[in-house]
Amino acid sequence: MDDVLVVETLRKEFGGLIAVNDVDFTVPRESIVSLIGPNGAGKTTFFNMLTGMYPATSGRILFEGTDVTHKPPHAITALGVGRTFQNIRLFEQMTALENVLVGMHARLKGGIVTSIVGLPRVRREEREARKRARELLHFSGLRGRDDDLARNLPYGDQRRLEVARALATNPKLLLLDEPTAGMNPQETAAFTGFVGKLRSEEKLTVLLIEHDMRVVMGISDRVTVLDYGEKIAEGSPQEVQTDERVIEAYLGRGAA
Amino acid sequence: MSEGSSTEQPSRARHPRGGTFDFITGPWQRIPERVRGWLPLAIVLAIALLYPYMVSDLKSLSTIGDFFPELDSAVYILVFTMMALGLNIVVGYSGLLDLGYVAFYAAGAYTAGWLASGQFQQVSFHFGSVGIQRDTEGIHVSVWLVLLIAGSFTAIVGILIGLPTLRLRGDYLAIVTLGFGEIIPQVVRNGDSFGGFNVTNGTFGINPIDSPGFGDSLNDAVGLPVNFQQSFDKFRLFYWGILALLLITVFCSWRLRDSRLGRAWIAIREDETAAAAMGVPLMRTKTWAYAIGAFFGGVAGAYYASFKSGAFPSDFYFNISVFLLCMVILGGMGSIWGVLAGGLMLSWLNIQGLAVIGDKFNEASGRNFEIAKYQFGIYGTIIVLMMLFRPTGLIPERRRKRELEEGVHDETFFDVSH
Repeated sequence: MDDVLVVETLRKEFGGLIAVNDVDFTVPRESIVSLIGPNGAGKTTFFNMLTGMYPATSGRILFEGTDVTHKPPHAITALGVGRTFQNIRLFEQMTALENVLVGMHARLKGGIVTSIVGLPRVRREEREARKRARELLHFSGLRGRDDDLARNLPYGDQRRLEVARALATNPKLLLLDEPTAGMNPQETAAFTGFVGKLRSEEKLTVLLIEHDMRVVMGISDRVTVLDYGEKIAEGSPQEVQTDERVIEAYLGRGAA
Repeated sequence: MSEGSSTEQPSRARHPRGGTFDFITGPWQRIPERVRGWLPLAIVLAIALLYPYMVSDLKSLSTIGDFFPELDSAVYILVFTMMALGLNIVVGYSGLLDLGYVAFYAAGAYTAGWLASGQFQQVSFHFGSVGIQRDTEGIHVSVWLVLLIAGSFTAIVGILIGLPTLRLRGDYLAIVTLGFGEIIPQVVRNGDSFGGFNVTNGTFGINPIDSPGFGDSLNDAVGLPVNFQQSFDKFRLFYWGILALLLITVFCSWRLRDSRLGRAWIAIREDETAAAAMGVPLMRTKTWAYAIGAFFGGVAGAYYASFKSGAFPSDFYFNISVFLLCMVILGGMGSIWGVLAGGLMLSWLNIQGLAVIGDKFNEASGRNFEIAKYQFGIYGTIIVLMMLFRPTGLIPERRRKRELEEGVHDETFFDVSH
């Protein structure tokens, strides 16, 4: 099978603590893969390494065949990895539209002098970028919120804006870090549908960290379970659900 | 604009440009939106352009006449406002606290000193210079060109300072820039013998520095002045010159703010990590902020050196960096209109306002109180009052203002990935 992302024996140590312990991992094209595990299992650390925020201690990350292990975050984003954050990190004092436009940074070309002079080429690019940004806001369910400051949006809309902004980077692989945290069941259901739509309509590959098991079991093609930085199980949702080590990690020894 | 009215009062009656805004808040809302955007610009521009013709009439007014700046003071005011706008790109847009902006001022002034004076007697190089004998020693490049070179050279200085320092965040960056702001004047002060070669002429500084002008041929053809310094209209010419430079700075600030790069700067100010994750290259983008901020500081410094016909190390002290930062904070970080207002107001207070206010006070009370001695105490008080009553500045950045009007939940997210 064709893999978008290949991770080979990836390891991250913080001093004496091993946050991610030699994890092998692959994400097939146009699949939805979930990364689950108890709190502190190393899921977000894993994400941060994939996006270049943390340097890996050892191991290798291949995205579309390119070694991105030691690339800076902006370069990895430019290659086609978009992400959202567990704790919403919008540009709070920018409007929803501007947030999405920042996501397009790597795709746009407007330079300093050309922007000051206002070359027709730059103006056209800017117009098209705004149009595309509006479409993305629409697509993400943020109709009519274009000119609202990000920090004034309700919580659910802030989550949507995070996704819209990540989509603006034009990713091939979208990393979602607990996207449904704090959502009510209706919002969660709507979001699950939205992620499905991303794959079917946008041909995106999605990797998500998620705690809500209904979401995980509902949309994932494959589930990987981390515990204390180690991969303890991997497989279809059904396989993982019945895996003894997983139940043990979540519920403690003897529960299985 | 109600809560801050007490602190804005001083600017209102006494300042021809900064205070225009407050007059019109009432009927303001009735003006159509399209006109509203351009009207203040047009009014301020007209007043600014015609000021040289009005100044003598204005100054002969009883009581308030003394508050209007003479043209040479006006040049100083506009030079510092231009630098404040340059600093605004670094501090206001990109959120990089720079306490060493004076270094850029010095770099610009000394570039003018090197390229348009008799400093380097070893050579005799003339290029487009006006009002100077062909056989004069030293490098004499046209001052217009020198402005551009000074800006570019200062931008390079900005990049060189930026490369090692911009990896730091927040307070650490402020401390290191503070250091550079101290180092450069010291280098300049002691630069009269780099391996026996006199680069900066030490404490004596470089003077005279050439003047801008258009030369004989343009004078014959369209009547443009040959040389500003030797003209009867010297101050008017220098005033219009700096006004043009200031307008260019405003224009560039405005266009950059709404450009791809401007958005990236503001994104970095808001959240560096998220900006990087959205594909904004942090180092490159921040370095550009430094370079462009420095560019305007350099041009302003070079122009001012040409106006004063000299560059002296005693001009480049730390308090100028703080003074410029005060202008940005007072006006409203990131707000072009705000920084214009803050810059005009503070530099006016500094060169003239405080002294006049002191005189008026002494006249009225019969005391002998030298208010100008307390200038930094007064600026400090202004900043404290601003922080208490109007922390977003006189004219807040559009987005910040909106946030205040709408009211927001004050929520901080704890983030483990930092």
